[in-house]
This record gives sequence, C-alpha cells and structure tokens, in this order.
Amino acid sequence: MVNIIWVMMAVIGILYAMFNGTMSDVNKALFESADDAVMLSISLISVLVFWIGLMKIAEASGLLEGMAKLFRPIITRLFPDIPPNHPAMGYILSNVSANMFGLGNAATPMGIKAMQEMKELNPSEEASRSMITFLAINTSSVTLIPTTVIAIRMKYESIAPTEIVATTIIATLISTFGAVLVDRLFYSLRSRRGQ
Amino acid sequence: MGIITTVSTWIIPCIILLVLLVGTWKRVPTYETFVEGGKEGVKLAFSLLPFLLGMMVAIAIFRASGAMEAFVSLLSPLLGLIGVPSEIVPLALVRPISGTAALGMTTELIGTYGPDSFIGRLASTMQGSTDTTLYIITVYFGAVGIKRMGDALKVGLIADFIGIIASIIVVSIVFGG
Repeated sequence: MVNIIWVMMAVIGILYAMFNGTMSDVNKALFESADDAVMLSISLISVLVFWIGLMKIAEASGLLEGMAKLFRPIITRLFPDIPPNHPAMGYILSNVSANMFGLGNAATPMGIKAMQEMKELNPSEEASRSMITFLAINTSSVTLIPTTVIAIRMKYESIAPTEIVATTIIATLISTFGAVLVDRLFYSLRSRRGQ
Repeated sequence: MGIITTVSTWIIPCIILLVLLVGTWKRVPTYETFVEGGKEGVKLAFSLLPFLLGMMVAIAIFRASGAMEAFVSLLSPLLGLIGVPSEIVPLALVRPISGTAALGMTTELIGTYGPDSFIGRLASTMQGSTDTTLYIITVYFGAVGIKRMGDALKVGLIADFIGIIASIIVVSIVFGG
C-alpha cells in the first residue's frame, strides 16, 4: 500500500504540474526536498547516537527491564506476543514515555530499537502483530505536554497558552484507545482469514 | 506554565543522571557500552536516508505542484457534511502526510484566527493529538526492513481520523463551538 501511495503522490503531482504550469516549482521542490532529507538524516545521527548509546547503558544495567516490570499488566495485554521480560517491552515503554513528554528527538531512537527487538522475535519481512499495534499507538500520538504548540500559542499572545493541554490529553486518549480498538479489529479479521 | 517549562528542561538531564548512576552502580562499563550503542546509531541514520529521501521527494512533488491543495479543496465540502469546519480541513488532511507542513498550517491558522479562537484552539489540539503517520511508518519500518506492512498504514490513518474527530468533539464541548 505504501508503494501505491508513494507512486500516486509523485505521479499525480507531476501530471498536475503539466496542466497547471507549476513544473518549475516541482523541479525546485524535488531537489530541495532531496537535500532536506539528507540534512534530516544527518541531523538524526546526533540524537540516534546519543539516545541509543544511553539506552544501551539502561538496558545493560537492568533499568529498562525494571521499567517494563512496573507497567507489565498494561503492556502484556497490549502486546500479548512479546514475552514479558523481553527488552522490546522496555524500549516500547521508553518510546511511549518520551512521546508523552514531547521529547520527539528521544522517542524516535527508542521506537526504532523497539522495532528491532520485535523483528528479532519475528524475523520476517512482514510486519508482526505487535509491530502494527506499536505503530497504531505511535501514530495516534500520546502527547501529554504539546510543547511546540504551546510555544506557538505564546508567540501569538494567547491569553492562556496552556489551556489546550487538557483538550489535547482527552483527544489523545480517545484516539489512542480508538487506535488500539481498530488494531484489534483488523487483527481478528486477519486471523479469521487465516493469515 | 512555569512548572511545565521547568519539567521539560529538567527531564532530559535527570534521565541521563539516573541512567549513568544506575549503570555505574550495577558495574556496567558505561562509556564502552555508550560507544557500542552509538555505533549502531550512526549505521541506523545512514540506512534511513533512502527511505526518508524517497518519501520526502514524493511529498514535495505532490505539494509543490498544487495537487495537494486541489485535493484538499475537493474533499473540503465532503468533510464539511460531517461537521468538520472547512478552515481546519487542510490541516486534517496534511497531518498524516507531512509533519512540517502540518506545523506550518497550525501556525498559520493560529496567526490568522487568533490562538484563543475556536479554530485556533482546534488546530492546537489537533496538532498535539495526532502524529505524522507516513513519517513514522517510513522511519520505523525502514529501519528494520519491513517490506510487507500488513494493516499498519490503514490502522495508522484510521487512528489519525479518530484523533481529528475526537479533537473537534472535545474542543466543541470544552470551549463551545
């Protein structure tokens, strides 16, 4: 499906530009975005090196495992196919907590580590059940403190920049809960088809 | 606000402190372990490059050609039928595709309508309660070489939709439509 979406965006964009005379914009955007992607990957090096390095220490010292133990009741229900003491649980928890505090930079390395651990449990090119659940929780976002939004609101002189924190938390809880339900629904459809 | 800024500036140094102290206490060779993990990080960043580049170029073509705008205006009346305010529709559609574009739109909406308007509050809430699904899928699945992603994209996009609808309902109830 990602193949279709990817091709569609590029093909529709180029065809649209042919009829709307925006071809020069497309040309410019093409090379600029390729440049941006390289810059983004390079700027990712610093966070990836730092957080994966630090989390290795946390893993070796048993800190990740301890955290996983603390939240075991919730997390084993969400990810029934991951053994409770597996390091994947620790990384999933670190990713979710980093997201909660709006530490996007720290969340990505933990998320990738979590995916790697899940892949070791299920070494195939197909996404496993727990990977899809993890993705659903991530895309529905679990922000408790939307720092960037608060900063923008302050810049535009809001009377109460933080008043959206409560609505954001409620909306986030609803969407995460919904995402888990949808994930479960799709999973049961998949297993009914016998895949 | 004071507490929130304090928490967000203190939290990362405190995590580092905790990890280093526990590591030392448990006799982990801290520096060597850190460097080991760091090497993994370098490799990872480079292996992600083609995934990010491919996705970002396609999004850029779609956006720069004006097709994204046309797509948004095509869907606006449809979403208006289920009560989605037309001003917010572009943000709702762009949020799963591009994080930077969505942040730009949120800033624009807050600037145009004011941070304390209904649209301003709605845009703020939406920005915080959804995430860039395409980016997350690209990075997370790209990093571990998942080629067949099953229902992941469908589930992710539905999750975004739920987040958007939830934001509209919650903001309407709390602040009044």
